[in-house]
Amino acid sequence: MSQSGYALRRIREKIYKWLFAVLAFASLIFLVGIILTLFREALPVFTQFDILHILFGRAWYPTSTPPDFGMLPLITASIVVTLGTMVVCVPIGIGTALYLHELASSSQRAFLKPMIEILAGIPSIVYGFFGMVIVAPFLQNALGIPTGLNAFTASLVLGIMATPTVASLAEDALSFVPRSYREASLALGANRWQTLTRVVVPAAGSGISTAIILGMSRAAGETMTVLMVAGGAAVIPTSIFDPVRPMTSTIAAEMGEAVMGSPHYHALFAIGLVLFLITLAINIVAEIISRKYRLKLGLGR
Amino acid sequence: MSSEAGGYHGADNPEGEMERAVHGRDVTQVLGFALLFCCILFALFFLGTILYFILSRGLPVISWEFVTSVPRRAMTKGGVAPAIVGTFYLTVGAMACAIPLGLACAVYLCEYSPRTVMVNVIRLSINNLAGVPSIVFGLFGFAVFVKVLGFGVSILSGSLTLGIMALPGIISASQEAILAVPMSYREASLALGATHWQTIRKVTLPTAFPGILTGIILNVGRVAGETAPILFTAATFYTRGYPDSIFSEVMALPYHIYALMTEGTHPEVQTGIAYGCALILLCLVLAVSAVAIVLRQKQRSTYAA
Repeated sequence: MSQSGYALRRIREKIYKWLFAVLAFASLIFLVGIILTLFREALPVFTQFDILHILFGRAWYPTSTPPDFGMLPLITASIVVTLGTMVVCVPIGIGTALYLHELASSSQRAFLKPMIEILAGIPSIVYGFFGMVIVAPFLQNALGIPTGLNAFTASLVLGIMATPTVASLAEDALSFVPRSYREASLALGANRWQTLTRVVVPAAGSGISTAIILGMSRAAGETMTVLMVAGGAAVIPTSIFDPVRPMTSTIAAEMGEAVMGSPHYHALFAIGLVLFLITLAINIVAEIISRKYRLKLGLGR
Repeated sequence: MSSEAGGYHGADNPEGEMERAVHGRDVTQVLGFALLFCCILFALFFLGTILYFILSRGLPVISWEFVTSVPRRAMTKGGVAPAIVGTFYLTVGAMACAIPLGLACAVYLCEYSPRTVMVNVIRLSINNLAGVPSIVFGLFGFAVFVKVLGFGVSILSGSLTLGIMALPGIISASQEAILAVPMSYREASLALGATHWQTIRKVTLPTAFPGILTGIILNVGRVAGETAPILFTAATFYTRGYPDSIFSEVMALPYHIYALMTEGTHPEVQTGIAYGCALILLCLVLAVSAVAIVLRQKQRSTYAA
């Protein structure tokens, strides 16, 4: 090939490299864009109301005059529903992962794994619909409570929905535990259950905690299911059977009626901002843990 | 563990004690295994219940007319065809945005990525974008595409919003597939005198293609079922007919289920229709993921062979 041909080729290679580099920045740009947009649209409400009043005010009356934008009921609701969800999805999810990865025979796994994947593939709106028309009326009758649409039902349905997330991440963590750990434990005379609880699970511990944390982030950010099932009352709940209105469903339910540019509109973006910051914090913690864990097992990045 | 393990092997321990210890831990093992089995059973029970109710109450609603005609008489008669078509448009639009970007990003990270701070920043931002709640994407899309860029509530705004949401999923699926290509393939190509780009285009990407395709299909299923991002960017409860441009608002299956349950004046009839929509949505989404699962199974057996 001629000298100029080589030069041309080298330039073309450079161009491709830079093209890909530029496109690779897309996700960074979108993330920054989301942050900027949230701040820009949320800030006006913080100039009109005290930030502490917004975060810890106990009254969310966006449409009364004068309006009040205390987010505490919404934040409490999100916390209650998220914790409730964890109570359901952590044991079930981790139990499922342990069974699939450590106990199931290959034929069992061939059947069970697709089933869990189907559970993961069901859209959240279908979970919400199912919770609304089947689970809520059932619980209302069975428990004799005034309404089936409450924090408990939302936690239960969300818990089932988050189970596949926790299960598949926990399964990944289990698969990183070296085979030699199990063999050493079995060779020392431990049975399979002892090997599982005292060697495999502790070795996969940080991976499993990452799974739990990411499941939590998913539960906190889930919208449609809680919108349909949680009941929607913007009051600080006194019991798990009270109807609640978490942050996500507040945005979804009220954005349509909020007048563009009104304090209500900006307050909804403020909720979005708080929600974003909470999930960001959760994700960063998960990231740090999983990085440490990979280093510990010598997996690198 | 140590005492029991010692008991098991030590010849001088009294036999009764050893047997009791072994027996005790076997009982624990059986109980423990049973507990784990109950966990998975609970999940399966819920799956079964969901599928049973949606199928048994959705099937009677479904007819040829239901899937091919427009709604009539304030949503109580007719079909949901515009919602099916709308979901199709939104999904295709979202993928048209997310696939080129996601693939390029994955190629850069796997094939070029110099080990610099910027690459780590990109990685971090992908991970965090994946964790952003779907409703926040909706807010972003509403503020940027609907208002600032003036696309209005439209297929375009909805597709862009959904596309951004699908981006992290596409990137990580493509990355996984590209990283699975053996290093020796690339080395062989480079040794034959091919350039870096030629190697990527003619060796790495074709080899990774089945894996990338699987990842994309899995994400198609997810995007088709999303509701929160299109709430204020694309979806509407009722349109007279089919959308005629990318700037028209659309009906979408997931949003239609929500709207049927919360708006309108005939709750009983609407619940029935919602069952039908849920069944159609479920079938579409599960069919798409089934294709992906089968594809993946096939790839595994090719790699194993």
